[in-house]
Amino acid sequence: MGATLLDAVSLLARLDPEVLAIVWLSFQVSLGATALGSLVGLPLGAWIAVTEFPGRAAVTVLLNGLMGTPPVVLGVIVYLALSRSGPLGTLGLLYSPTAMVIAQTLLVTPLIAALARQTVEDAWRDYRVELTALGFGRRLAVLTLLRDCRYSLVVAVLAGLGRAMSEVGAVMIVGGNIDGFTRVMTTAIALETAKGDLPLSIALGLVLISVVMALNALAFGLRQWAMRRYG
Amino acid sequence: MFPIRLEQVHFTPNGRVVLSGVDLCVQGEGITLILGPNGAGKTVLLRVLAGLERIHGGCVAWNGAGTPAERIAMVFQQPVLLRTTVAENAALGLRPLGLPRAEVQRRTAEVLGRVGLIHRARDSARQLSGGERQRLALARAWAVRPRLLLLDEPTAALDPTATEAVESIVREIRTDGAKVVMTTHNLGQAMRLADDIVFMAAGRLREHSPAARFFSRPQSEEARMFIRGELPWRIAFPD
Repeated sequence: MGATLLDAVSLLARLDPEVLAIVWLSFQVSLGATALGSLVGLPLGAWIAVTEFPGRAAVTVLLNGLMGTPPVVLGVIVYLALSRSGPLGTLGLLYSPTAMVIAQTLLVTPLIAALARQTVEDAWRDYRVELTALGFGRRLAVLTLLRDCRYSLVVAVLAGLGRAMSEVGAVMIVGGNIDGFTRVMTTAIALETAKGDLPLSIALGLVLISVVMALNALAFGLRQWAMRRYG
Repeated sequence: MFPIRLEQVHFTPNGRVVLSGVDLCVQGEGITLILGPNGAGKTVLLRVLAGLERIHGGCVAWNGAGTPAERIAMVFQQPVLLRTTVAENAALGLRPLGLPRAEVQRRTAEVLGRVGLIHRARDSARQLSGGERQRLALARAWAVRPRLLLLDEPTAALDPTATEAVESIVREIRTDGAKVVMTTHNLGQAMRLADDIVFMAAGRLREHSPAARFFSRPQSEEARMFIRGELPWRIAFPD
């Protein structure tokens, strides 16, 4: 066990090209998916928070429910859509990083939207009368609330990034875990562990945990700074 | 916009009577104080004047129209301040107007100067004291150059010095040409500021008269008791 751990640390210390390539692709896919998910999820959640419409409660329940979508199920759905006989088969995206971004975007968007809805709805309860009195329309209210809640919404975005970086089922199915092309940290860990190459698995695991911890520390620091600066 | 006429206005959310048969005519100049004990319906009446509440009976007309045609600003007892600078909070009401950036900056600096907060323009708004927060809220309302300014107990939580500062700003806004309607349960403040008094108790408008007459010869028994500090709670808060 000790020797395996030493081998893992050695892989990281000498900046093993295979490890770096896997980590780099993981970041590209998960950051891309989180960026797209935030672009859609944040305004969507905020819009639902400030808008009264028939079926709003049902939409909220649906959104909350989608937060727990099993990645493998989503992977299968995206696989079917992108496979040769599927509706998007002609795009030829299956087993590509783009397919992985699509799958992860669909995975994180409901999570980010649901958390944004809750955060913005709480703020809207406080601000509604005042912003309405000032003549704010819905669009301007959404933009203002998103800006005012920005430090809390960082947590929603980080939750999305954490989900994207840690999921394995969806990217495995739509990416295929192809060496040097669609292999990311989670799929590599699953494969290498099955093969018995534990040093590489542990090295990637250490990177994964470090990234998640660093992001959370960053979010915590940002919130603390914002609380001191803006109250 | 003026006169604003309320005829037999009822506001009864979930069957609870908050306003009952209110008739009122608000003219376009001076300071009108809505006076009454807690729970009298003052705040709701203010929101009705702003067009923010959907009433359950009667009608409201702004110079005969169903909606206000000119700019209304409202300041609340505990104003909401965004997590940003004092200057950006002061400019908040200008966002819906789509003014050029230079004009927004000019107006913001002007109103912050007039309420004595220009030196704190870059500070966080949430670090202000209670009195400064209320002055900032007034600056925000003033910046939009409202024709009607509605103030909901803006000095309820302030000390006498901060209250005096707020009252001084309110007078200046009135001098600038805005009609001011303000709620309070503070008789001293009503005497200092009011041109006319609307007295409310238990959701009903009991009296509307010039301030001098209200204090020297109140028409209703409730008003007389309120001025003497003897309004029984059973009248102020009926079942």
